[in-house]
Amino acid sequence: MSATHWYDSISPRTLAGRRTLIGYIFISPFILGFLLWFLIPAGVALWLTVHDWNLISPPKYVGFKHLVTMVGDDRFWQSLKVTTTYTLVSVPLGLVLGFILALLLNTKVRGITVFRTIYYLPSIVPAVASAVLWAWIFNTEYGLANAALRALGLPKIAWLQDPQWALPALIIVALWGFGSGMVIYLAGLQGIPEVFYEAAEIDGAGRWAQLRHITIPLVSPVIFFNLIIGIIASFQVFTIARLVTNGGPQNATLVYVLYMYQNAFQNMKMGYAAALAWVLFVIVVVLTLFVFRYVGSRVHYEDAR
Amino acid sequence: MATNSQTIAMRQAAATHKQRAVWERRLWKGMILTILIVGAFIMSLPFVWLVSSSFKLEEKIFVFPPEWIPNPFRPQNYVDALLYKPFGLYFFNTMRIVTLNLVAILLSASFCGYGFARIRFPGRDFWFALVLATLMIPYFVLMVPQFIMFSRLGWVDTIYPLTIPFFFGGGAFNIFLFRQFFRSLPEELADAGRIDGCTEFGIYWRIMMPLCKPALATVAVFTFLAAWNDYIGPLLYLRSDYNFTVAIGLATFRGVMRTEWNLLMAASTAMILPVILLFFFAQRYFVDGLVLSGLKG
Repeated sequence: MSATHWYDSISPRTLAGRRTLIGYIFISPFILGFLLWFLIPAGVALWLTVHDWNLISPPKYVGFKHLVTMVGDDRFWQSLKVTTTYTLVSVPLGLVLGFILALLLNTKVRGITVFRTIYYLPSIVPAVASAVLWAWIFNTEYGLANAALRALGLPKIAWLQDPQWALPALIIVALWGFGSGMVIYLAGLQGIPEVFYEAAEIDGAGRWAQLRHITIPLVSPVIFFNLIIGIIASFQVFTIARLVTNGGPQNATLVYVLYMYQNAFQNMKMGYAAALAWVLFVIVVVLTLFVFRYVGSRVHYEDAR
Repeated sequence: MATNSQTIAMRQAAATHKQRAVWERRLWKGMILTILIVGAFIMSLPFVWLVSSSFKLEEKIFVFPPEWIPNPFRPQNYVDALLYKPFGLYFFNTMRIVTLNLVAILLSASFCGYGFARIRFPGRDFWFALVLATLMIPYFVLMVPQFIMFSRLGWVDTIYPLTIPFFFGGGAFNIFLFRQFFRSLPEELADAGRIDGCTEFGIYWRIMMPLCKPALATVAVFTFLAAWNDYIGPLLYLRSDYNFTVAIGLATFRGVMRTEWNLLMAASTAMILPVILLFFFAQRYFVDGLVLSGLKG
C-alpha cells in the first residue's frame, strides 16, 4: 500500500497522471519564470517596436517608423560595423590562442598548474575592475602599454584617443580573458584516450599528423561550443566599451549594445531601443543557425547516433 | 667474432637512436616551456602593474618609464580609496544580493533540474528544449522591456530586479547543470526511497540533494561570480548611492577620480581580491562548471 499524500485529492487516479502532475510541479518555477521574464517582455518588446515612448508622455503608435529610421541611421550602421569587426577579430583569435595554449598546457611539464592558473585568472577578473585597470594601462603618457612599446623601441600610441587604435585596444582586453575557453579545451584534450596516440606513433604518425587527425577531430565539438558561446558573448560586449572609451573616439568603439543602451537610457527612446534589440536578436539567431549549418556539419562526434 | 662486432654496431646504432629521441623530447619540452614562460609573463604583467600602481605615491604614478617597485611603498592608498566612497556599505549591499541569489538559484534550479532529470512526463522534452533556447537568448535583447516592467512594478532603486527573477528557475544554465548532475545518480536510490514511502519531493530533498554537493558548489561559485561582477544590472536598477554594489561603486569612483590612478588601482585590487581568493579555495568547481557546461549533453 502506498502512503497517502496531500495531492491525492487533486491528482488523477492513474499513476501516469500523477507522475505528470508531479513533473509539472517540479518544473513550474521555470515555466512561471519563462512566462514572466521572457514571454511577457518579448511581447512588450514587440509592442514597443511600433511605438514612440519616453516613459513619461503617453506612448504613440508609429508603425514601422523605427525600422525605417534605422536604415538611415549612421550610428546604427557604425555600431553594427564596430561589433562585427570586434567579433570577427576577437573570436577567432581567442579560439586559436585558447586552443594552442591548451595544447601546450596539456604536456607533462613541472609546475604546469601554476601556468594554468596564470592563464586562467584574467578571465574571472570583474569587468569593471578590468576596465579601470586597462584604462590606466592604455594611458598615453604613463601607461604600461606605451612603456612596453618604448622598451621595444617603438613609438607611442594614443590608444584610447586614436580612432584607429581604440577598437584594437578593446580587443586586446578581450583577449586577455581567453582563459575560460582554454580550460574547456583542456578538459576536452584530457578526455582523449592515450591509446589513440600510441597507436598513431606505432603507425609512424608525426606530431603534426597526430594533431591533425586525432586531436582536432576529437575536440571539434569543444571548438564548436566555444565558437557559438564566443559569438553570442562578443555581440553583447558592453561593460568594457562603456567604461574604457564610452563609444569614442568618433564612435570608433560604439558597440551595438552600447548604442542600444544610449538610446534607451540616455535619450529615453524606448521604442527605438526595442527595435534595435529585435534586430540584435535576429542577427544572433541567424549567425548561430549559420554556424550550426556550415560549421556544425564538420564537427566530429564520437558516439554518432 | 664477426657476429660479435655486428651486434655491437647494432647496439650502438640503437643507443644513438634512443639518445636522439631523448634529446628531441627534451628540446620539444624546452620549447614549450619557453613559450609558456613568455606567455605567462605577458598575461601576468597587467596584474603586476595593477598591484605596483596601487602602492605608489601619486607623484610616482606619473614617472615614465614606470618604477616597478613602489618607493615609497604606500599601503595608505587602500585606506584612502576604500574610505573615499562607502565601499564597506557597497560590500554589504553586494553580499546581500549574492546571498539572496545563492538561496534562489540553489533551490529553484535544483528543483527544476530534478524534474527534468528524473521524472518522465509528457511535454518534458518540449520544456527542456525551451530551457536550452533561453540559454541562447542574449540578455540585452530583453533588457529594455524588462526595465519597463520592473519600473512599472516600482522596483527601480531596489534590489528586487536583481534577485526576485532568480527564484523562478534560477537561470537556464543552472537548471541544465543540475539536470546533468541528477541524471548521473543511480535510479536505485530513488527506488529505495519510494519503497520506504518517500514522496518524490522527499526523494529530491532528502536523498538526491545531499548527493549533489559538487553541483551545488559549482553553481554557488558561478552565482557568486555573476553577482559580484555584474555591472549592467545594478547600473540600470540601483540609483541611490546607499544601494550601490561594489561594481557600481568602483565605476562611479572612476568617474570622480580622473587621474588618481594609484587610488583607482587600490580600489580595483580590492574588488579583484575576493574573486582570486575564491578561485584558490574552490579551484575545482571553477573547472567543473566550465566542463559540465561545455562537454556533456
